[in-house]
Amino acid sequence: MSDHKKKPTPTSVLIELEPKFEQNAPAALANTQLRRNMGKATQTIRAKRANVVSELSDWEELREAGRAIKAFTLEHLDEQLIQLEAAVQKAGGHVHWAQDAAEANRIITGLVQAHEAREVIKIKSLTTDEIKLNAALADAGITAVETDLAELIIQLAGEHSSHILVPAIHKNRAEIREIFMRTLGVRELSDQPKELAAVARTHLRRKFLSTKVAISGANFAVAETGTVCIVESEGNGRMCLTLPQVLISVMGIEKLIPTFRDFEVFLQLLPRSSTGERMNPYTSLWTGVTPGDGPQEFHLVLLDNGRTDVLADQIGRQTLNCIRCSACLNICPVYERTGGHAYGSVYPGPIGAILTPQLVGVEHAGSLPYASSLCGACYEVCPVKINIPEVLIHLRGEVVRQKQDEGGIRAALDPENVAFKTLAKVFSSRTAYERAQSLGKVGQWPLQHEGYIKSLPGLLGGWTATRDMPTIPEQTFREWWEERTKA
Amino acid sequence: MHISLFITCFNDTLFPQAGRATVQLLERLGHTVEFRREQTCCGQMHFNTGYQREAIPLVQRFVDVFRDAEVIVAPSASCVGMVRDLYPMAAQLAGDPALIREVESLRPRVFELTEFLVKQLQVEDVGAYFPHRVTYHPTCHSLRVLRVGDAPLRLLRAVRGLDLVTLPDAEQCCGFGGTFAIKNADTSMAMLGDKLRAVRETRAEVCVAADNSCLMHIGGALHRQRAGVRTMHIAEILATTEGDA
Repeated sequence: MSDHKKKPTPTSVLIELEPKFEQNAPAALANTQLRRNMGKATQTIRAKRANVVSELSDWEELREAGRAIKAFTLEHLDEQLIQLEAAVQKAGGHVHWAQDAAEANRIITGLVQAHEAREVIKIKSLTTDEIKLNAALADAGITAVETDLAELIIQLAGEHSSHILVPAIHKNRAEIREIFMRTLGVRELSDQPKELAAVARTHLRRKFLSTKVAISGANFAVAETGTVCIVESEGNGRMCLTLPQVLISVMGIEKLIPTFRDFEVFLQLLPRSSTGERMNPYTSLWTGVTPGDGPQEFHLVLLDNGRTDVLADQIGRQTLNCIRCSACLNICPVYERTGGHAYGSVYPGPIGAILTPQLVGVEHAGSLPYASSLCGACYEVCPVKINIPEVLIHLRGEVVRQKQDEGGIRAALDPENVAFKTLAKVFSSRTAYERAQSLGKVGQWPLQHEGYIKSLPGLLGGWTATRDMPTIPEQTFREWWEERTKA
Repeated sequence: MHISLFITCFNDTLFPQAGRATVQLLERLGHTVEFRREQTCCGQMHFNTGYQREAIPLVQRFVDVFRDAEVIVAPSASCVGMVRDLYPMAAQLAGDPALIREVESLRPRVFELTEFLVKQLQVEDVGAYFPHRVTYHPTCHSLRVLRVGDAPLRLLRAVRGLDLVTLPDAEQCCGFGGTFAIKNADTSMAMLGDKLRAVRETRAEVCVAADNSCLMHIGGALHRQRAGVRTMHIAEILATTEGDA
């Protein structure tokens, strides 16, 4: 029933080692600026999404198609990847395979060094965040310049992203103005979006025109043709994909789609789910190298980094359907209030709560599957129908089984473990259950006041910190039923 | 119809009035209600908190108790959600083909009270009288797991004297989430705060729902704040007739 592969201490994906959501959340909840920014941003974007989704009469069919294509791809991932490799090579590109973050970083650093570049420009990419590429490049003396506006803000602020699509969602205009003035040497600047964008534009334009190597992630790659796709809003990605001489794209092995025709489904699902737009402003597609047009050297790095382990899990594997749209973050009542940093992971929100523990092992991110009230809103909006609540519950089971099987005597004596084991015994016998009901009625008397309990001890104190607890009434339902049947 | 009541341990112990109301209502509509005393807990709390090995005997127990029941009705969307939505996963985890088969045969016979009334019995007017201002909170499990739709609202609209007020942002989770309310008490409270504001904005006397678990959470905070709003299970309102209210 339990099959744990203990994973070594993760070097990637996690921002903090062993994040504890419940310990991080209170500070985030107390940050009033964050609460306001997050509330405003998530409510706006989810209203936009709801609006454009409601326009399509075949949205449910599209979701089902998206799910089915992804399921097919995952089922045939080995063949599909080999097909992709052959297609990319045929079109003049190079393909590299990386088992983990360290290997991917070694490959990429080596490629940049081979061109004697000291600086690279980057397209916003979660996969490169996952492997902590910027830090690895910095260790090799290479500066990575983020060109996505929000990613640039975060990089200049020295922070981590808090949203997979809108990394600076926790920042408002006034905060961005201060960051630009502090880091870009601007003397006078207002907090008007136009002015802020103009400063970033001047800064980035210089980089676009002077940098030889660009690094990107990938939204999709087509096994049939070897075509890679980047979907974006600003056009800065298009600059990176066309101006430099060398392009290195890193993608998780699950980003494949079988055929070019499948774009029909995903290019409808993705923009509507992510930015709430019918179509995103820039969709770039390229196949290997075209002489005289765009980068003349193209490298595709295929990253595993735990994904094949996710694939091996029958319930968990649907996580790999994810197209990183972030609709689940925007709809999540937990994420809306805590923001992304409380998750301590590159992937926050509902998708992060299921993906991160699977990539690094539940023993390293065991608090994340509990960072949800299981309200199910994420599943409803997911464009590829990932049943996030189901996976959360499955992972909670993994967390407990791992503790029980490998935590020794300390885990066995953990108050929660003892309480649940005892309760399970009580519920397994009618007489034990009815005796517990009677004991509860007697036991509660010192705590109660006019039908309510205002303070409970131990684990249950979390309840009475903000809520009263009703007392157990004189007569349980079954006692009433007995009395009624006898009468 | 011969209905077997699945009272749920939570209602049995803490909210027996919801169980009594369910029995009175179904009998008033002309049905026979039985109560199988061997029932205890469906195992939801264990399963959803991760104590899934411990939940499996409770799943087996539920199947044993209700195996031959014609229909099983519970005044709780989340416990019915456990049986309908998660028992298959529990049976798979147990790796017991007999349990998998039995769960499959049982699932289509288990109903939450309001969906049973509206979708199975096709009743909307149950003859209730409740002259109060009421707002309805659709709980996550009734809305997104069982998909009861507007069944509870149809029932409430047919109650004589009842002034039904729409709850703003009704579909937002109240923040209960079982052990989430304790493990992540701060986040739970942040969610509850917005729900309480919405409830109070309606100026209702009563906040009603199909789950006493969420209502204990909402009602516990309303009581702490002396908000002047009480919570009631929908069965209690539907059972009330002229003369009781």
